[in-house]
Amino acid sequence: MSFEVPADLYYVASHEWVAPEDDTARVGITDFAQDELGEVVFVDLPEAGDTIAAEAPFGVVESIKAVSDLYAPIAGEVVAVNDRLFDEPELVNEDPYGEGWMIVIEPDDPEPYEALLDAEEYRDQIA
Amino acid sequence: MDLRRTPLYERHDARGASFTDFGGWEMPVSFDSISTEHAAVRENVGVFDVSHMGEIAVQGPDAAELCQRLTTNDVMALQAGRAQYSAVTDESGILLDDIMLYRMGPDSYLFVPNAGKDDWMTTRWRTHAREWELNVDIENRTDSLGMLAVQGPAAADALAAAGCPTDDIARRDIVEGDVDGITCQIAGTGYTGEAGYELLVPWEDLAAVDAAIEATPCGLGARDTLRLEMGYVLAGNEFHHEDNPRTPLEAGLDFIVDLEAEPGFVGRDALREQREQGPAEVLVGFILEERGIPRAGYDICNPAGEVIGSVTSGTMSPTASIPIGLGYVAASYAASDTEVGVTIRGENKKARIVTPPFLNSRT
Repeated sequence: MSFEVPADLYYVASHEWVAPEDDTARVGITDFAQDELGEVVFVDLPEAGDTIAAEAPFGVVESIKAVSDLYAPIAGEVVAVNDRLFDEPELVNEDPYGEGWMIVIEPDDPEPYEALLDAEEYRDQIA
Repeated sequence: MDLRRTPLYERHDARGASFTDFGGWEMPVSFDSISTEHAAVRENVGVFDVSHMGEIAVQGPDAAELCQRLTTNDVMALQAGRAQYSAVTDESGILLDDIMLYRMGPDSYLFVPNAGKDDWMTTRWRTHAREWELNVDIENRTDSLGMLAVQGPAAADALAAAGCPTDDIARRDIVEGDVDGITCQIAGTGYTGEAGYELLVPWEDLAAVDAAIEATPCGLGARDTLRLEMGYVLAGNEFHHEDNPRTPLEAGLDFIVDLEAEPGFVGRDALREQREQGPAEVLVGFILEERGIPRAGYDICNPAGEVIGSVTSGTMSPTASIPIGLGYVAASYAASDTEVGVTIRGENKKARIVTPPFLNSRT
């Protein structure tokens, strides 16, 4: 099976993606991650204004069978939360890089992406 | 240790199954998705390979007595060609397993313990047969007899289309029949809450019978959500003789315990005493009234935040789309509509005790 790994995103080994957007960064879980989890039935996210630390859990995603922590790829302040996921958690499965996004972070570090995996490196990891 | 496989392993693999270790068996968790398989069984018909469950034949002049003394229900009341849900307890009344007991003929019984318990139960039956000097032959047929569960409102249609009319098979009957010309034992039993049948099939015929039945292939994931919506217990979750020792009275299985049947079963005295005093904790169903999903091991609290019990199973109900669970609570909290809480990641979420099935529950 082949999973979508968009070339213009950054990734971490715990299967979250980061999309740089001007001064902020959008975060979600990868196509591979949603497939491993199965049907997502519950998502718990922080609130706007919360600060999160890199590699620390910032939320939870649950399928019918499993509970999985969400890990922050970068440190910063949460400036937006996809609260549609509270009523439509299935968006994580249907569109993991689009409408299934989870939070937008204002990064602490002005160059937060250097330590992350690029698409090719992440693709190798899930191969 | 190598996992055991049923004869349908390759067939499941070819149909896209993802597998898991369940009771020492490599079994399908799901084929398409848990919710589509779940819906197929609630609305149409699904087929499960349940060949990982044990099959133990007990035959001979003393077969009934041995089964009566080792299981909690009234074996003497079980007619030939009928099935009985029952339990196996130890001297203290602790559940070792829940089983289905089939009476195949006058002196012939077959019981179905849970996955991975076939050797243990075979040894238990043999040891007691020797100890009590009973004339009985016990054979573990788990590795030669397979089982398919055809479940759902269209189960009878699916079997009829496979050349096996079921009009004369009532709930809990077991009769011989042909599926696509292959002889099987067909029982009006199942563990999904839907109409349906369980087919006992020799291993060598299992793939042909499975192929003859037009039904959505379903895995253990849907089997778990289906039984949980009905409030049915699962061995290993709602009881485990070491990790979570419970009696049938605590587990809500009073209806399969007959304290009057003779000769009495192993554990009867202990259960008599517990019935008189009332169990301190009992299994309840509950629904969560806030966002979250209860999971096995989470604490159940009273409104003051004191721990009063623990969750044994929980999920998002695929049918009702609400978070549901089973768990043990102190008996004083067991009444329907009692407000309790479930501790999820450090937060106490509101929950309410309800009597399963959860199918019509709404928050």
